[in-house]
Amino acid sequence: MSKREKKIKWADDPKITIAQSLYFPAIVEGLKTTISHIFAPRSTREYPEVEPTLPPNYRGVHRLNRDDKGNVKCVACFLCQTACPAFCITIEAAPAPRDDPQWADRDKYPATFVIDELRCIYCGMCEEACPVDAIELTSIYDLTGSSREEMIYDKEKLLQVFDETSKSPKDPVRTHRGELGMASEEIK
Amino acid sequence: MTWMNTWPSLLAIIIVIAVMPIAALYMTFLERKIAAWVQDRVGPNRVGPAGAFQAIADAVKIMLKEQVIPDHVNRGVYFVAPAISVFTATFALCVVPFGPVPLNSGDGVRYIIAPHIDTGLMFLFSIASLSAYGIILGGWASNNKYSLYGAVRSCAQFLSYEIPLGLSVLGVVATSGTLNIETIVHHQSSGWFGWNIWWQPLGAILFFVSALAETNRLPFDLPECEQELVGGFHTEYSGIKFVMFFLAENIHVVTVSILTVLLFFGGWHFPGLESQSEWGFIGFLLRFFVVYAKVMAVIFFIMLLRWTLPRFRFDQLMGLAWKGMIPLGLLNFFGVVLAMSFGWPLWTLAVVSTTLVFAAGWINVGRARSAVARRAQMAHDVVIGVGN
Repeated sequence: MSKREKKIKWADDPKITIAQSLYFPAIVEGLKTTISHIFAPRSTREYPEVEPTLPPNYRGVHRLNRDDKGNVKCVACFLCQTACPAFCITIEAAPAPRDDPQWADRDKYPATFVIDELRCIYCGMCEEACPVDAIELTSIYDLTGSSREEMIYDKEKLLQVFDETSKSPKDPVRTHRGELGMASEEIK
Repeated sequence: MTWMNTWPSLLAIIIVIAVMPIAALYMTFLERKIAAWVQDRVGPNRVGPAGAFQAIADAVKIMLKEQVIPDHVNRGVYFVAPAISVFTATFALCVVPFGPVPLNSGDGVRYIIAPHIDTGLMFLFSIASLSAYGIILGGWASNNKYSLYGAVRSCAQFLSYEIPLGLSVLGVVATSGTLNIETIVHHQSSGWFGWNIWWQPLGAILFFVSALAETNRLPFDLPECEQELVGGFHTEYSGIKFVMFFLAENIHVVTVSILTVLLFFGGWHFPGLESQSEWGFIGFLLRFFVVYAKVMAVIFFIMLLRWTLPRFRFDQLMGLAWKGMIPLGLLNFFGVVLAMSFGWPLWTLAVVSTTLVFAAGWINVGRARSAVARRAQMAHDVVIGVGN
């Protein structure tokens, strides 16, 4: 036996037994697996009948939060519009009425606040950017509409989303309920 | 023949024509449900309670589908092929009792179109083998290389498995002494051990396997193999014509299941229901229930097999028929002939069957081992060099 031959490790095919060559045990084994799956729990999600349980940080449709007085919390700082990678937020700022005690806590407020929900990629960066916790993403995932115009959410619509969702345990207002955040404290 | 003698046959014809397509339709539903259950899914459940009307919705959808006829097809044959498939599948049911049939043909309702045909099995097999025409003509008329390949493949499979199919029932025919299906069933009326499965286990297995191959069911669905091929013979078919091929296939599955039950599992006989005098209404219903419980079990088994066994390679398919099942069928028949001519008791047939199965197993082990040794020697020669 040469040196080269000694180095070779021979791996033979396993020898088949009579049980294997008859096929029947293998077929029975396979049928056992198949039948056991008939009685296994289903993995189908029956969606419209059974709503999915979403994780608490699920990012769905936006809402604009209200403060204690019922005004929109947003101070029109444009941080969310700047942070948005999809350019779906358009804000027009207006000076807050100075004499009105309702608006005493801020300089500006959004005259219009429009989010194009079709453009949005639901990354949640607007929520992260907001200094006064005015914009939040809710757990509404089944957003539908019959036209593109319908899917462009203006301020009223976004506040309406707040009114609809803030009471539900699924979408609690996450931070600083009622008052504005730290960024507004200099004005006070 | 008077009118009074013909009405049961007319009734049976109406039942076959009306019920068979619906049964075949519902088999697609059952198939989808079982597929879903095996894969831990729920399956179709939108149309009607638990999806029960899905099959009807499918049928309506298919009826209303546009008929797309490619320009390059041979139009006449193209239209005839699916019709031949359905016609042969339905025509074969002519001699198959699809419910209990009293031995005395005068007794009321009988679930067979042509009762007491003495060449029943022969007729059945000759008609059923005509269904190869539907497939080969479909492939030919499509005027498409892949369809023709599919058709040729399928035809080769049909021809190969006709032989073990015929050989497998010869044992039953010899022990019962008749080709008449009702008489064969009648011969199995003596309780559990009257059933042919005990005396012809090998025949039953061969029959079932080659019948699966004849119906193009998995693991023998080489003509179609949904996942691997360009459709096979029905590539150029769509809409109702496409479905007619599958209708034929499903009718074949029903026929085969009924035949398996009738030939090997005692038909409408069950221990405790043997006496022929019980042809009252209750007895009749019970027998009806018995035969359909058995048929459903076989259909269920066929569908489970689909999700259990992988598909054959084409050479394996041919090897199984020519090197395995045909010799086994011949030897089994030889055993039956010996037992019949020397008057050996029935249990010797079971011994013969079992011996044959194990002998085949041993031969297979030897073949596989020598193949392994040959491959090892070849590898050795390549690596070391011959004569080194």
